[in-house]
Amino acid sequence: MAKVSTVVVSHSRQLADGVIELINQTKQEDVIVIAAGGTEDGGIGTSPDLISEALKKADNPAGTVVLFDLGSALMNTEMALDMLDELEGEVVIADAPIVEGAYVSVVEAGMGKALKEVQESVEKAKKWNKKT
Amino acid sequence: MNLTTETAKQWLLAAGRDMQENKGYLSELDQAIGDGDHGHNMARGFAEVEKKIASKTYDDVGGVVKDASMTIISKVGGAAGPLYGTAFLKASGVWKGKAEVSDEEFAEGLKAAIDGIAQRGKSEQGQKTMLDVWIPVLQEAEKGNIEAEQLAQTAKEAMEKTEGIEAKKGRAAYLGERSIGHLDPGAYSSYLLFEALVEAIEAGGEANG
Ligand SMILES: Nc1ncnc2c1ncn2[C@@H]1O[C@H](COP(=O)(O)OP(=O)(O)OP(=O)(O)O)[C@@H](O)[C@H]1O
Ligand SMILES: [Mg+2]
Repeated sequence: MAKVSTVVVSHSRQLADGVIELINQTKQEDVIVIAAGGTEDGGIGTSPDLISEALKKADNPAGTVVLFDLGSALMNTEMALDMLDELEGEVVIADAPIVEGAYVSVVEAGMGKALKEVQESVEKAKKWNKKT
Repeated sequence: MNLTTETAKQWLLAAGRDMQENKGYLSELDQAIGDGDHGHNMARGFAEVEKKIASKTYDDVGGVVKDASMTIISKVGGAAGPLYGTAFLKASGVWKGKAEVSDEEFAEGLKAAIDGIAQRGKSEQGQKTMLDVWIPVLQEAEKGNIEAEQLAQTAKEAMEKTEGIEAKKGRAAYLGERSIGHLDPGAYSSYLLFEALVEAIEAGGEANG
């Protein structure tokens, strides 16, 4: 059965790749997580083209959760979604910190949860109290 | 105002030169209330626009503006990419199939562009963004009998007013009240865009006369 994918959009390629590296340690093999960091020339920023590519790679019938860092990351993700032709699965953009969010996303996806459930859990990561 | 397909192309090329010339200043403005990349973003995006459109021939204003929009979306990198890109894309829809746009159609295109920015940015007038320039320019254009100089003058005054506004959108919003006292970089690049229109119209007039 297909499992929910995760895409991490960041202004920095290294940051996005780093989140994936961290998450890869935890995630099950059949859970897909893809980075879309930086601009096409490797600079700081976000690129709708790179985000589109990541969304296509991540696409599967169970759907995809997108996490984003700052400002234009959200706008360019929405831009990419506007420009993309039909994807197999639904895409939801989650409002959550990218490290914790991506972590929850792959864990819940691994458990075979549905897209909306994964999104809900991911967004709860926004209110985590990490000190207690 | 006589906005032919060739003038529209010259407008975009002139805007590119202005962004290039003011790259340092735009980034300086962005340094004060953002991340300092606005000049770099705009100069890079418009350099790609020039590469894309300079040697191509177009039949309609919408065609050249659409090519510019797609390039800006792909190449600008910051928030200005999806915002200017969406603006030009929406305007190109209104100017599609028109070898020349009337004053009324020009204003309609601006209106579509503004709706695009507002939708993409979830923003409105008074939040210290490029919209604070585009909206007064539209209001001026809607009066009819458009003079490019008048639009540029309106853009300039509107841009200057962003200094007194507190930012509610974009990176500058993180600064809250401390954003007051600085010009908005996107408002400045928008002013440059309307300034470039004057250059293009004047050049077009000379070529025809
Ligand atoms: N939501 C918005 N609506 C309208 N205009 C906006 C919005 N956010 C930013 N802007 C405009 O964009 C300009 C900044 O553009 P710039 O290319 O520097 O993007 P950025 O903020 O650095 O992007 P990023 O989010 O990638 O860091 C601002 O000066 C403002 O005019
Ligand atoms: Mg910036």
